[in-house]
Amino acid sequence: MNKRSGLMTALAVAAALGAGPAVAAEPASVVETYADIAHAKYQDSLETARALGEKVDALLAEPNALTLAAAREAWRAARVPYQQTEVYRFGNVIVDEWEGKVNAWPLDEGMIDYVARDFYGDMSDANRYYTANVIANEQLQLSGRTIDASVIDASLLQDELHEVDGIEANVATGYHAIEFLLWGQDLNGVEPGAGARPATDFDLENCTHGHCDRRGEYLEAATDLLISDLEWITAQWAEGGEARAAVVDDPASGLVAMLTGMGSLSYGELAGERMKLGLMLHDPEEEHDCFSDNTHYSHYYNAVGMRNVFHGRYVGPDGAVTEGPGLADLLPEAERNALAAALDNSVAHMQVLVDEAMAGRPYDVLLAPGNADGNAKIDAAVTSLLTQTKAIERAAAALQVEGVGIEGSDSLDDPAAVMQ
Amino acid sequence: MLMRLVKFSPWAIVAALALSAVWLVQYVVAEAAQPLPIAVFEPGEDRPGGAATSDKALDRNAFSHSSANMPFERELDFKIGNGFFKRIWGSAPSSTQAADGLGPIFNAKACQRCHLKDGRGHPPAGNYPDDTAVSMFLRLSIPPQTEEDRRLLAEGRVNVIKEPTYGGQLQDFSVAGVPAEGRMHIEYEEIPVTLADGETVSLRAPTYSATDLGYGPMDEDVMLSPRIAPQMIGLGLLELIPEAAIRAQADPDDADGDGISGRPNEVWSHKHERLALGRFGWKAGAPSIDEQTQSAFNGDIGISVPLFPDAYGDCTAAQDPCRAAPSGATERYANLEAHGQIVDLVRFYSQNLAVPARRNPKDPQVLAGKKLFADAGCAACHTPRWTTAASAENPWLGEQTIWPYTDLLLHDMGEGLADNRPEGRANGREWRTAPLWGIGLTEAVNGHTNFLHDGRARSLLEAILWHGGEAEPSREAVRAMTTEEREALLAFLNSL
Repeated sequence: MNKRSGLMTALAVAAALGAGPAVAAEPASVVETYADIAHAKYQDSLETARALGEKVDALLAEPNALTLAAAREAWRAARVPYQQTEVYRFGNVIVDEWEGKVNAWPLDEGMIDYVARDFYGDMSDANRYYTANVIANEQLQLSGRTIDASVIDASLLQDELHEVDGIEANVATGYHAIEFLLWGQDLNGVEPGAGARPATDFDLENCTHGHCDRRGEYLEAATDLLISDLEWITAQWAEGGEARAAVVDDPASGLVAMLTGMGSLSYGELAGERMKLGLMLHDPEEEHDCFSDNTHYSHYYNAVGMRNVFHGRYVGPDGAVTEGPGLADLLPEAERNALAAALDNSVAHMQVLVDEAMAGRPYDVLLAPGNADGNAKIDAAVTSLLTQTKAIERAAAALQVEGVGIEGSDSLDDPAAVMQ
Repeated sequence: MLMRLVKFSPWAIVAALALSAVWLVQYVVAEAAQPLPIAVFEPGEDRPGGAATSDKALDRNAFSHSSANMPFERELDFKIGNGFFKRIWGSAPSSTQAADGLGPIFNAKACQRCHLKDGRGHPPAGNYPDDTAVSMFLRLSIPPQTEEDRRLLAEGRVNVIKEPTYGGQLQDFSVAGVPAEGRMHIEYEEIPVTLADGETVSLRAPTYSATDLGYGPMDEDVMLSPRIAPQMIGLGLLELIPEAAIRAQADPDDADGDGISGRPNEVWSHKHERLALGRFGWKAGAPSIDEQTQSAFNGDIGISVPLFPDAYGDCTAAQDPCRAAPSGATERYANLEAHGQIVDLVRFYSQNLAVPARRNPKDPQVLAGKKLFADAGCAACHTPRWTTAASAENPWLGEQTIWPYTDLLLHDMGEGLADNRPEGRANGREWRTAPLWGIGLTEAVNGHTNFLHDGRARSLLEAILWHGGEAEPSREAVRAMTTEEREALLAFLNSL
């Protein structure tokens, strides 16, 4: 559990006693659904990552605009189920400890490959890997320590390079490293347009930007590693898996995990670090999928992920439905309706961001300084998440037994007061 | 007969084994020294940050979690504060007006670049160009030159007289078109120390200089003081230790004759425009987290902030190209590169980084080490326990019993550790007692065990052996310990 609060304590007590008026389901069956949906989402993330792996193989076998476009499309498709799993973070220790390998962000991409120096800068500072460019360098010699990067494989990426020197921006693995290799830097600032890496960057015959063989090896290794990491987490949620056991064996703590995940993703993570921060800075680098300009969908599927935990119903990319009693079935009508409406409202506001992107105004255009309309649309989405967080807290409070209070949320009642 | 017993009665084997086990235990106990006397476990000492203590995993993120009892609704501020703490500042002018303003000269482009994983920095593994992984820098100053200098120092309006050309610290990086100031150069000399049990420990004694100077020679009387980026945990709790309680423990003239003085630093609060108790920094040169944060923004990254509104950071009037470099300040953001809201969020984040729970505080070896720590006099300065005052700003951090192992006072640490550079009321031999909480997790978080103000110690034992001055009797007590006692003492420190 990421943050303790009275909210969670109240919930744990309530759940342990199986209390709560108008109960249409038992906590045990609700957490069972929660675990089933987790497994389905990670399984879908795994399968879409494997599909990405096939497209990467095809790209490397025959690098051209079509195979590159197909690999990019596969990456976008892989993000759809994965972003819906993020609601399982914060509440589940196993997920939290694992997550940094697959979705770490933001990154100093100059560690991985060439960058546009006038845009990225080549100023060295305390991160000596800022422009290390592993793809171009078979040996990294830094302070008497030599990293042998002649073979680019999973072990080099996860054991040597990921967070090397203790610097979190040295991201060597996961979705965003792969994203950078497929798209390259987005050099358009707050103007429309994503990264525009040419397919010839992977072409051994007509190689652009050098070291195309090693660039291909990196892409292959990072994709394989993502697949094996997803295999691992999927197994944790399968029958007999540890993550499943942690919530199913103790429905009270399962419910705590459920609400902690929804609350923390809505609030600190999505509304705060991923959206409000960028809005304060108006910085196009402060968007979650900055190379591909896929941020609108990342946020949208985060919101969808929270909603499907609430309803206990998840629809996979192939249309397969996983469903069962959800959190909604434990709640009294007023709180159930309020939270259902808040979740719908957030999804609708994220849909606005998707629509804008489809109309040629992606997220980094919306947060440009002076783009009052774009800023307002992001701000409205942030506000919808704050409202949703409040509804999650009230839902949790409704499950409490008499006499257990939850901590005040004055600042949430007055969103303007949150940013003190 | 025995054969038959073995064959027919398994219980006999068990009995025989049990008997021999008893005999073995007695034999071993008889051979071993008496077990070390132990201190009692005090309720609460396992949770050094009180109710704010973190129970999260003790991996490399162990120092990056928020106060456990922080209300959920502040999670947004904490996360955004973390975002700014990690954020890499760019140089002006750029398309992102709210995010530029780096430099023109700087030590790092982001807070997190030196406060690695919210933990401790370390000295470079080699001098430039062998290693550029720098999470420490040199502070610079000169002795007072004029009556005005002496007045400013006497009134406490300044902590130091800055080096006339290079300012208060050596910035080793710069934006394009502006020279960097120079590079820190370290030479180490190994000095062997022999302990009572015959073991030899080698201490590395550093000598510092500045090379590759970008703006001509420095003043010949320049004083250099190396500073490692300190760990970030528990700062909001230290800020709430009542000033009167800290002052009550001061004994500037050693009136009680225990050999320990303890002086508060008195430093200028730029916020309140008056003298205030110094609490933060290696010589307690900053009165609050707010002022420490703002001064680091301005001095280390070159970002203008409400208290230090110069966009050129630490550039002096003698550094023309530096002062003339573009500013990232815009009218839209109060003519500052980091406006008040940003600074407030970083301060909030810094106040709420939680201290992790202790791992094995009831282990007999740890409790023996705790007793040795007290008996050697360490606790005379490394004060174990305090109670924080009530707080309007962070109410959840108030009225907590905390275990930081510091008195926040200045002590003479002897010639070996002296930087011979006064700062505020601290003389060239004095340092603030460093908090010890979390010290045993340094390796897990930062992958090293470099300690003291310049990271010269490569282990806790080396750090102890560097203690001199007022701490000399304590150091000698450690030197005289048996191997077993010393291991217990280190086990205690590593349990913090």
